Amino acid sequence: MNDLANTLSNRKNSKIKNKQIKNNYQSNQTIDVPKGLYEQCPNCKETVNVKNTITNNFVCKHCGEHFKVRAVDRITLTIDENTFLEKGLGYITLNPLFQDGYEEKVEAYKEKTNIDEAYIYGYGEIGGNPCVIGVMDSYFLMGSMGSVVGEKVTRSFEYAMYKKLPIIIFTASGGARMQEGIFSLMQMAKTSAAVLRHSEMGLLYVSVLTHPTTGGVTASFASLGDITLAEPNALIGFAGPRVIEQTINQKLPEGFQRSEFLLEKGFVDKVVERKDLKKVLSKILYMHRRYS
Amino acid sequence: MDILQKERKIRELEAKIDELDNVELINKLREEIINYKNEAMTNLSAWDRVLLARHQSRPRASEYIDYIFDDFIEFHGDRLFSDDKAIIGGIGILNGLSVTIVAQEKGTTLESNMERNFAMPHPEGYRKALRLMKQAEKFRRPIITFIDTPGAFPGLAAEERGQGEAIARNLLEMSSFTVPVIAIVIGEGGSGGALALGVANTVLMMENSIYSILSPEGYATILWKDSSRAAEAATVMKLTSYDLEEIKIIDRIIPEPIGGAHFNKEETFMNAKEVIVEELINLIKFDASDLREHRIDKYRQFGFFQRFNYDNLGGVKR
Repeated sequence: MNDLANTLSNRKNSKIKNKQIKNNYQSNQTIDVPKGLYEQCPNCKETVNVKNTITNNFVCKHCGEHFKVRAVDRITLTIDENTFLEKGLGYITLNPLFQDGYEEKVEAYKEKTNIDEAYIYGYGEIGGNPCVIGVMDSYFLMGSMGSVVGEKVTRSFEYAMYKKLPIIIFTASGGARMQEGIFSLMQMAKTSAAVLRHSEMGLLYVSVLTHPTTGGVTASFASLGDITLAEPNALIGFAGPRVIEQTINQKLPEGFQRSEFLLEKGFVDKVVERKDLKKVLSKILYMHRRYS
Repeated sequence: MDILQKERKIRELEAKIDELDNVELINKLREEIINYKNEAMTNLSAWDRVLLARHQSRPRASEYIDYIFDDFIEFHGDRLFSDDKAIIGGIGILNGLSVTIVAQEKGTTLESNMERNFAMPHPEGYRKALRLMKQAEKFRRPIITFIDTPGAFPGLAAEERGQGEAIARNLLEMSSFTVPVIAIVIGEGGSGGALALGVANTVLMMENSIYSILSPEGYATILWKDSSRAAEAATVMKLTSYDLEEIKIIDRIIPEPIGGAHFNKEETFMNAKEVIVEELINLIKFDASDLREHRIDKYRQFGFFQRFNYDNLGGVKR
């Protein structure tokens, strides 16, 4: 893990504030930069100002690299202020395979990321358009999908069905959670069936693929959106690049499994920069508004 | 001593029988073999079952199909890209009833293993499967799938053509079918590649097959950074048919002869056919919409967690 990513992820107090993110961080009260104000961008090696990077939607000012964003930050970036209402709280991750240290690990991540699992969802408005929004957090155990994440994803679709709302899901995940074994695998079928039911009510599902989306999440609900958007240069694929390299015994070409590659191969509708994302989502939601 | 070494010992004894011509001695040796089998080859460990599931002479899907169904006609191609030989599909007759069959096929010889890509399908394989299953839905035929794969193929071409999307689409569409779907894990059920044919009303497993999120080797590497602890991983992963039946991920176990399916293929196929027919008779009683709801509900329940319900508080404003 590079330093900048660490710095960005280790900020304390990044609970969702009902203020604009800009004010939040300029007020100097919620900033906590443990490793200094400047870090090196892992992509272009330029020195970047951490504070400015945050106000710039977590995008490098020099090369436009989109850094990973925590779930709570993503909601602040995307949802109109004061409209987010988190649902589906109170889930407790258990340890079905009695894996040593798994519970402690989850506890540590809970502490670190301030959310109780790698996925949060709730009601929110984007440019005044109501929707259900779900966000995966890749800082929480690689955003892996275990029983709780699978259940919460399914619940978010069910909540959207109940409210007759469109749903937007930001995916960021290393795949199924190995520590929970076969239970994690079954979440793939469960979430896919949830997409089906939601879709059959004539409701919209927008899947936004962010860095990284791989494995069991790609092979289930992430690929099943009515509209699939992606952030620039995000790693999106089924098998991880290392596994593929081992299988075919050669180096992978530059840009393989990146958003632009998927766009070219026809698996993504549109690659959208983070600064335009809210606008695009709001337009899409507006075009799918219901009159009844 | 693992199961393969035990098997080798039995083969040695059997070879000895062939050399002998004294009837009494032969009978004595035969008895010895049977005793040894009963003693050493029952109560297998999880790792033994992994080895059996991967056994080179384990019966393949095509052999099951040949025995169980009459007049199997194989159909090829996904109509989009090409024909994936890792998956075979078609229609056949089971006790007078036309059914659609989709199966992952490993091949019996090394050559056919290569040709079939060791039953690791590409996206076109899953799309072929989906095409045939949708046809089954149209003509109201029950669907029977045989699962036997180490996993979906992790290659360059597979990624280019959307391996993830192909699997996801199968999961979604299989949930939507209104015909009975039965899935049988006959060897390895590897991860999403297996689940893509495994969303079924009834999931059956051959006694010595495995079904898991990744290989025990992979599990040991990822979680313990030590691939040599695979045997230990197999024990904790809950990948055997008995473990999975206990946690209700699968519905029923199909018994195998002592020592594994390859010791007596005919008996294996007979057992499989009996159970499949029984389960199918069970399922065709239901209405179309019931079957669909049953399948979705079944997968809806999977998960292992606890919850304090805060919903009646109306959500939490952060």
